[in-house]
This record gives sequence, structure tokens and C-alpha cells, in this order.
Amino acid sequence: MSSTTEQTGYAGRPRQRDGFVGWITTTDHKKIGVMYFITVLVFFALGGIESGFIRWQLAQAEQNVLTEEIYNQFFTMHGITMVFLVVMPLSAAFFNYLIPLMIGARDVAFPRLNAFSYWVYLFGGIFLYSSFALGGAPNGSWVGYAPLSTDAVSNMAFYAVGLNILGVSSLAAAVNFIVTILNMRAPGMTFMRMPVFVWMALVTNFLLLFALPIIAVALFMLNVDAVFGGQFFEPATGGDPILYQHLFWLFGHPEVYIMILPAMGIISEILPVNSRKPLFGYAAVVFAGAAIGFIGFGVWAHHMFTSAIGPVARSAFALSTMFIAVPTGIKIFNWVFTMWGGKLRFNTPMLFSIGFVSMFTIGGLSGVTHAIVPHNAQQHDTYYVVAHFHYVLFGGALFGLIAGIYFWFPKVTGKMMDEKLGKWHFWTWLAGFNLTFGPMHMSGLLGQPRRTAVLPGELGSTVELYNLLSSLGFVVLFGSALVFLYNLIDSTRNGEASGDDPWDARTLEWITPSPTPFENFHVVPTITHRDEFWHRKYAEDEAGRAIPVPAGAAEDPDAGAEHDEHIHMPDPSYWPLVQTLGFFPFGYGLVYGNFLLIGLGLAWLVIGMYGWIIEPVAEGDDDEPDDAEQVAPTATAGAH
Amino acid sequence: MREQSHTRRRRRTPVYLGVFAAAAVILAACGDAEQNALDPAGPFAQAPHDLIIPVAWIALAVFIFVQGLIILSVVRFRTRKDDDGSLPKQIHGNTRLEVIWTVIPAVILAVIAVPTVQGIFEVMEEPEDYLTVEVIGHRWWFEYYYPDYDIYTANEFAIPTDRPVRLEMTAADLARSPDLGVIHSFWVPRLAGKQDLVPGQTTFLNIQADEPGRYLGQCAEYCGVSHANMRIRVEAYEEADFDAWVEAQTQPAAVPADGTVEAEGRDLFLELGDGRLACASCHQVWEGDGDRAPQQGPDLTHLLSREEFAGAIHDMTEENLREWLRDPDSMKPMQYEVNGIGMPNLDLTDDELDALVAYMLSLD
Repeated sequence: MSSTTEQTGYAGRPRQRDGFVGWITTTDHKKIGVMYFITVLVFFALGGIESGFIRWQLAQAEQNVLTEEIYNQFFTMHGITMVFLVVMPLSAAFFNYLIPLMIGARDVAFPRLNAFSYWVYLFGGIFLYSSFALGGAPNGSWVGYAPLSTDAVSNMAFYAVGLNILGVSSLAAAVNFIVTILNMRAPGMTFMRMPVFVWMALVTNFLLLFALPIIAVALFMLNVDAVFGGQFFEPATGGDPILYQHLFWLFGHPEVYIMILPAMGIISEILPVNSRKPLFGYAAVVFAGAAIGFIGFGVWAHHMFTSAIGPVARSAFALSTMFIAVPTGIKIFNWVFTMWGGKLRFNTPMLFSIGFVSMFTIGGLSGVTHAIVPHNAQQHDTYYVVAHFHYVLFGGALFGLIAGIYFWFPKVTGKMMDEKLGKWHFWTWLAGFNLTFGPMHMSGLLGQPRRTAVLPGELGSTVELYNLLSSLGFVVLFGSALVFLYNLIDSTRNGEASGDDPWDARTLEWITPSPTPFENFHVVPTITHRDEFWHRKYAEDEAGRAIPVPAGAAEDPDAGAEHDEHIHMPDPSYWPLVQTLGFFPFGYGLVYGNFLLIGLGLAWLVIGMYGWIIEPVAEGDDDEPDDAEQVAPTATAGAH
Repeated sequence: MREQSHTRRRRRTPVYLGVFAAAAVILAACGDAEQNALDPAGPFAQAPHDLIIPVAWIALAVFIFVQGLIILSVVRFRTRKDDDGSLPKQIHGNTRLEVIWTVIPAVILAVIAVPTVQGIFEVMEEPEDYLTVEVIGHRWWFEYYYPDYDIYTANEFAIPTDRPVRLEMTAADLARSPDLGVIHSFWVPRLAGKQDLVPGQTTFLNIQADEPGRYLGQCAEYCGVSHANMRIRVEAYEEADFDAWVEAQTQPAAVPADGTVEAEGRDLFLELGDGRLACASCHQVWEGDGDRAPQQGPDLTHLLSREEFAGAIHDMTEENLREWLRDPDSMKPMQYEVNGIGMPNLDLTDDELDALVAYMLSLD
């Protein structure tokens, strides 16, 4: 985009939309989504390698592949990586790419803030991983319980600061997506016409908005305790270690839903498309999702049933925990009945979606057993719990997110992912997943606690066998991941052309060409139905059967729309990247208690903010619609 | 539509595999597991077990129902070879069904909830006629104190059968000081569920063994570098044997005769010289004078009455003791150098090792 508009001010805007500079200065939600995705792949590989070492160590009893010290760093970083650097940002990748497309917008509400979120995420991840080179990674587990984490040898200052940096990213993104969804829907897109994915994104981002400040406080207190001698959690001076647990889980449980709801939204889009019928019980699914969001704030102490809380609290949280199973069950039944009576197509996204429903059910049921508090005291902190949350977060969230990758890959690239490899990926993934995590239910109940660097031989040969099976499962998963990676890369280059609507889909993102043009929609569509795109393609006869609308017969709701409407697109900017770099000195300052670095970082962030504020608008003043022609996209103009 | 049938055939195989795998998993569940939460050996482990078994059956029924429904939908509503390409009936939902699958799970859960809440109060209640044992979680070993008998022991402790034992638990690294302590969790699955030990607070756990025997457990709350090496041994004795154990433990340690190598070891224990920390500055061998008092390290008065040491990860053998004294970190990673936690390397000479090991072995 070459704007002839005069730029004012001393710091002009980047003019390039492609190439390296184009990527690092982009404010385009689609490019940012792709950058999130690629970064997630890298961190997923790191987290996966860490888990490989864990499984290697535990493949046999009394093995010492890694020292206790390194093992503890690896399991801690595995958890942090998979939760904060993989599942959450992978959801953010989908939010970025899809929310504007699904609601008929041209970008998010705050495009520069969106870029800011991405850079903070990337640098937060790099910051955390830099600890390996700076005297050792955090080794206090991903929950970081005080007072262990306030001990300098746990290196948990990196955890406290790193997660707080990542929290800034998520918080900014949450505000951005909430405002986008509330304000930027196309005309006619009422709440109850929104795709379920957008609904789940809305609920998720409200959860982030309310939950993140809580962990921010907890981590800040931990940071102060660990580095500056704060003693918030130090019992010798009247501090309370249990306070940390309450704060952590008050965030931590909503966090579980932050990770699972986006995947639920994804499969709520894929199941109807591949069942060739609408989602069963749209309103029920939406409200169940919102209910989960609300109740999710009232179950946190079920992570603390063996901690220092009394019988009344234990009972109350047992009840609320059981209660949350009800809306979850509602969703599962609605998904199954979406398939019921349909004509199912078993393409890879569909297989992963069905896999989600099936595996998540297992995780949900083992979750209900946790609410049986007296027995929770047996399961808690054993491999049974490890099995449970991997069925929810791997069998659930990750299966759903992978389904989404296969499903929207054509939207992003204009090419199909290879179906044959996709099916290989699915079946090996399913088998490897169950082989890895299925036996953990048993090894936990047979007495294996989690977070132990050694598998004690005294647990017996049965437990050893289960651990060996789990480790073999990792090998299968590793191979499966390679198939997936190859498929991704190869399909990006050599994939079959997908056309604009390869799945005969229902929602708005498929109305526009694939790959998505720069401005998303040449004309912003007017919405008259839920599943707008489907209704433009099909009408229903009296028996409820869908019949294709003959070409040209449909009334094009967008016909006659102002095709020369002013297309306003966000300008690229250096500032999100430049400002975000300030988190490095700020973060290291907080870790090492170095006030000079803290000051430098703060100054950097503030200067970056000013740069951001006074940055000129390339297009000129928004009040001058005459400039419209100059900003019409050139790169993608021929795509339609 | 050939592809569809392929898909179907492929789907069958993993289902069978899954069934076989599940069968193997369940069959293998019996066996040699000694830390088995599914094998309760006393009332405080039995009560939760009796609660979870019916719930597990209900969960299994729900599992079979939902997975059956998924498989049925997949098989029945697959696109068939002779499909005419028309679209299925466009059903948007059904209010009656929504109500059914809201109410039925809610009712099932309500039914489960009643005994759950009862059970919570039952297992936490203070039992009648119990023995008190104080438990202090250290990095990385458990200390036990019997206030009724003034007995200190470590890693292993004894309880009488057929009588509840109430553990009064806290965590500390220094003797009885909340300073520097971290959270641990006491877990002997065959005797009870786990309960965390929190520095600066007291938590309680009831345990009881119906039969005499040795019950295994370990710390279940991550507590740092040697979390995996922090084991628990409960020796349950019949009442008479328990009394004998108490009697033996309340005796002062034997003082070795002058001029023996053990006496030499005792001298080193009390005073190591060369500016090195003496064993006695952290460990106690009570010889009958003054009070038996808690120390930073395990009480060694009746060391040899225990089968294992170092967080109960090593057998109490001469070679192990010698190696432990020579280089403790090689036997169990600790953080004395960086954090003052655990056993320091005292740079003992071979002669000193001989004497100290001989002295240790005399502490029966």
C-alpha cells in the first residue's frame, strides 16, 4: 500500500505490507494470527521435547536419565509451556484469524494492540526460556506453590515475572476481542446469530479479563517474596502459604475453561458442517458455555481438597464441582445429537472433532470422580490427575484446536491439507494419546505421585509396566506429530487448491475468497440469519429438508450495496514491537532485583507508549473519505 | 464413496485394540503394588474406597452410554455409498431432550453428593481413643514425635493395629520453626487419603491399620529437588508388639565402652574438629541426660531400629551408611551448599568414616 497522503510527525509509519518489515510491523489480524500459530508450533516442539525426557526418565524404575534438578525444571517448563505458550496462544491464533471474519469485520477493534499482544507473548516466551541459559529454568512446578517458589533455588522469579508478562499479552488481547465482538459485528449480526465459536471466544475473553488480574496479583506477591523479601506467604512472619493457593486457583480454574472453551467453539462449527445439518440446540450450547464460565469461578478450591481447608469448604466445593458437570454434559449431548440424523463426512477435521467429544467425555467423567472428596485425597497429586487433565487439555482442547487447523487451513492458504496424511495423523494421535495417558489413571491409583523425578521400584512391576506403556505412547505421539508437521509444511507448498468454500460451510468466513483477501470482505455483508452463508446457499422446504438455492434466484442481501464504500484498513506500525522490547529490561530487572534495569524497562515502555500515541495515520484524517481510493488494496485486488 | 467404507474399516481396528488394551490394563491391576490406593487396609482408607466404587460404576455406565451414542451416530449416519447427495432433515434442537439431559445428570449428581458430604465430615472427625503422633515434614524427610512417650523417629514410625492414630502435622525445615519450611503431603494410600503439611499451621489426618505389616507411602506435594526421595514407612504392630517397640524406643542410647572404635566414632559425632560442623549440631543421640529435643536432622538414638534411611530410599547397610557419610549428595540430591538444606559433605577421612559408621551401627 503506497499512500500518497502526506505523513506528519517525526516518526512515520512503515509503508510496506509485505516482506520481513511487513510482517514485523503488521497490524493485520490475519498475519498476527499466522504469527501466533507459527510461534505456537515452536513452543509446542519445546514442550513436547521436555515431555519426551520426562517419559524417558520414567520409562523404567529408578532411572536417572536426567538429574532430579534438571527433571524438575523440565516438568515445570513442560506445564508452563503447554498451558501458557501453546494452548492459550493457539486459541488466540484462532481468535485473531476468525473473529473478524466470522462477525463480518475487516479487523479487530485495536489492531496495534493486537500486534502488541503477539509481541508480548513471543517475548514473554523467550524471556521464560532464557532462564535455561541464566542459571536454570524454574523448577517449582507450574502451580508455583509458595513458600517453595519463594526460595531462590527454585528459580521461580522467572516464572512469576514471565507469566505476568504473558498475562499482559492475554489481558490486552481479551479487551481487544471483547470490544471487537461487541462493537464490530456486521449489520444484522445479533448476538443469537453469532457463530458458537464467537460466543465461546467472548466467554473465554471475559474469563481472561476477570481471572488474569487475580493471578497477576498472586505472581506479583510471589515475585516480591522471592526477590525483594516481601514475606506475603512466609508463615514465620505471619504470611500465609495457603493464600497463594487460593489466588492461584481462583485464576487457575477459570484458566481450565479458558483453554477448553475455544476448542468447544471450534468443534461446534465443524460438527454441523460435516453432519450437513445445523448445530443441535444452539441456544443450549451457548448458554451452557456461559454457565460454565460463571460456575468456573466457583470451583477453585477443588484443587485444594487436601490442603488446609475444613470440611464445610470441602463440601461446598464438592457440590459446585459436581454442578459444573451439568452444563458440560449438555454440550456433549448437543454435539452428539448434531451428528444424529445427519449425513456425516469423515474428513480429518470431523475425525478430530469426534475425537474431542469422545476423549473429553473421559476427562469429564474422571473430573467428576475428583469431586468425591474423600477419595480425591487418594487421587490428588497422583498420575490419575495427570491422566485426567491430559484427557481434558490434550484429548479435549488440543484435539479441538487441531480439528480447527485442518478445517480453516484452506481459508488461510487457499489449499487443502492432505487428507490421507491427516487421517494417519488422527489415528496415530488418538492411539498414541490413549496409550500415553490411559495407563496413567491406573499408575496413579496404584500409588505413583506426580512431579517425582524417580519412579520408585517399590511401587511394583505393574506400575512400571504402565509407565513403560506411557513412554511408548509418547513415541507414537512424536511420530504422529512429525506426520502433522510434514503435512502442514507440504500442504502449504503443494496442497490441492481448495476453492473458496471446500466444506460447504455455514458461517461468514467462507463467503469471502480463500485465502482471505487483505480487506476480508469487499462488501461488508448484511446478516439475516444465523449460519448466514448456509442460508444464502440453501433454503428449507416444508419437511425441514434443505434444498439448494438455484444460482441467481436468491436475493443477494448485499446487492446494491455501495461497492465503492470506503474501506478503512489499519496501518502498519513499528511501535508495538519497539515498545514491547522494553519488557526485557523490565523483566530481568524484576528477576534480579536490579532497579536500574527496572527503571530502564519502565522508561522504554512509557516512551514506546508515547511513540504509539503520537504516531501519524498514514491514511490521513479519518474524516476525509475522499482519500478512499488511495487506500484500496493493490496486492489482493485481483483475487476476486 | 469407496473411501467411506475404508474409513469405516479403519475405525474398527483401534476400537478392538482399545478393548484389548483396557482389558490388559484392568487385569494387570492386581499384582505387587504396595502403595495401592485401591487396596485399603484400614477404615480411613476403606470409607473413601466404598464411596468411589459405586461412583466408578455410574461413571462407567455414563461412559458406555455416551461413547455408544457416538459410535452409533457415526455408524448409522455415515454418508452411504448410494447417497443421493440430498441434505438431511435440518433439525435445530429439541427442548424436551435438553430438559432431559439437564435434569437426569443433575439428579445423578445430587444422589452422589449426599454420601460425599457425609464422608467428608466422617473421615475428618476426631476419632475416639486415638494415639497422637506429631508429623513434621522437612526437606526431604518426615519426622515423627510421640508426645505420649517422648519418642522421636524419622522416615519410619510404628502404630498399633485396630486403633485410630491421629496425625498432627506441620512442616518445618529447622526444628519446629516455621521458617524456611515448605508444603509437603502425607500419603500412605492403604491407610488413608493424603493431607498436606503446611508450615505455620497444623493439619490433621486419621490413619488406622487393621492388620500388622509395613505400609508404604511417600510425600505427595512437590517440595523441591528430592521430592521423589521422601518416603514414608508405617510399621503396624499388634498391641503387645507396639508396646515393646515403645519400650525399646524410650530407652536411652547405649554409650560405647572406652577405647573401642565405636567410642572413637562417638567422639567424632560430638566434635568433628577442623572447623567442620559436628554431627551432634543437627542430630541427636539421646543418652538419658536431659530432655530428648527436636533437632534439625533425624534423631539417631535408635537408628538401627529402622530398616531404611535418607528419606527411606536406602537400606540401612554398612556400605550405604558409609557412602552416605562420605558424599551424601551422591545418595540423595540435597541443597546444603546453596540453601543450607539437607546433609552437608563433611570431608571425612577414611578413618573417621570407619569410626562413625561403627558408632552408627551400634545405635540399635
